[in-house]
Amino acid sequence: MENLFEYSFVIRSLLGALFASITAGLAGTYIVSKRLVFLSGGVTHASFGGIGLGYYLGINPVVGAAVFGLGSALGMEYMSARGKMREDSAIGILWALGMAVGIIFIYLTPGYAPNLMSYLFGSILTVTDGDLIGLGIISAVLIIYTAVFYRTLLYISFDENYARTFTRHVDLFRYISVGLTGLAIVLNIRMAGVIMIIALLTIPANIVMLFTRRYLRIIVLSTMVSFAGISGGFALSWFTNLPTGATIVAVLVLFWLVARGIRTLKRSSSIEKLKKTTI
Amino acid sequence: MSTLFSIESMTAGYEEKIVLRDVSMDVEENDFIGIIGPNGGGKTTLLKVILGLLKPLSGRVDYSPGDLKLNQIGYMPQVAQGDALFPVTVEDVVLSGMMHHKGATGRMGRNEKRRAAEVMDELGLTALAHQALNELSGGQLQRVYLARAVSGSPRLLLLDEPATFVDASFEADFYEKLKILNNRMTIMMVSHDVGTISAWVKSFACVSEKVFYHPHSKITQDDLRLYGCPIQLVTHGDVPHVVLHKHD
Repeated sequence: MENLFEYSFVIRSLLGALFASITAGLAGTYIVSKRLVFLSGGVTHASFGGIGLGYYLGINPVVGAAVFGLGSALGMEYMSARGKMREDSAIGILWALGMAVGIIFIYLTPGYAPNLMSYLFGSILTVTDGDLIGLGIISAVLIIYTAVFYRTLLYISFDENYARTFTRHVDLFRYISVGLTGLAIVLNIRMAGVIMIIALLTIPANIVMLFTRRYLRIIVLSTMVSFAGISGGFALSWFTNLPTGATIVAVLVLFWLVARGIRTLKRSSSIEKLKKTTI
Repeated sequence: MSTLFSIESMTAGYEEKIVLRDVSMDVEENDFIGIIGPNGGGKTTLLKVILGLLKPLSGRVDYSPGDLKLNQIGYMPQVAQGDALFPVTVEDVVLSGMMHHKGATGRMGRNEKRRAAEVMDELGLTALAHQALNELSGGQLQRVYLARAVSGSPRLLLLDEPATFVDASFEADFYEKLKILNNRMTIMMVSHDVGTISAWVKSFACVSEKVFYHPHSKITQDDLRLYGCPIQLVTHGDVPHVVLHKHD
């Protein structure tokens, strides 16, 4: 019986890691290339308000988070497209407001106080079947969306003004991309945690971009890096009893440091070669 | 010479600010027009209206004289617009010039890759095909954006200040390439440097709320004053400095 429990736990963890990696690879590449890292942080923290509201109303907190996450992502995109507000200030306000709303509602909820720590720092133990299904669906949708519209999405991200000369749907694609990204972020909260999620979205893509500038390769390789980092972090936290989210972040940052080291070595060796050939 | 397209009493602008007023102009096939005029005079706006990116407030652009289609217009925006740190290769950027002929799925097959290779070869970019944009010099970047503008085999090429940020030594080479392209397409090029481009263009259009077409590449200070075009005519050589009269 114990074996069976362990077995299904490992399967769940690996499935969770796989889906989180796919979302990190696809959404992360988009976020890092478009410099939307801070915005993603804002969306993640804003969605915490939805978690609190979900508890207060007695509905699934992830549903509340999804509504808040999607709403704030689309709202930020709308405001930045209008150019009517300092974008970084708007994000900062939204960031703090989301956290405040979440904490107030959780405080107001009568009875048992939910385990806030698991939302802030993430835990595979609290991931439900519903969460896994949600992550699986968003992964599939992101893969299909990116595969079908690859060129259009690439060129809109790269040079929106030029893209307007060949498609009338630039804004539509932008909202869909941001909306899907917001949902992907929110669905990763239970596993990676509000505070840690930014690491999943930024570190793998940044590691890969040290070595390649080809967009498709960045997506594929950063998915693989994420998977290695998340499953490595899972394993480490399982054996050491350390919190999962924090361990994953530590492992990813370690990867990043090693990658930087490798690149520096590569650079200096190619400079050495160049020196030798010129002399 | 036959007309490629006509602009008919077109007025255009943004949010209650009219930039171009009652502009009429016929653009002849295979012309090479230097578009000059003061800042804010409407040069970029004119290009955007021709591209179909900005709807005129009144009047219209008639593409029927030369049966010109919107997807037969190549566009090179001001170079600073693309994000040069964005992870994209030279080949990818050149391929994007063919998106006009594709649906939203934009699949790039063997034909498109071959066409991109041709254009990169013509513009001396072949060795850079798989480089990222952030590894390129200003002159190389400029040729990449030109390659993007012409890879879709346009009949009309619109260039918005293509020589900004480029070393003067690359400029002549760049205009030389445009001259060759002009054999197979009409070109309209926005520039600040009237003196330099007068050696390359066939005609000028001065844009300052109105558009005045000047059918020769020789343009004098008097012409400019006549057109109400308050710009500095840069002269090369030991011509005395000219003090301009402000346009009233």
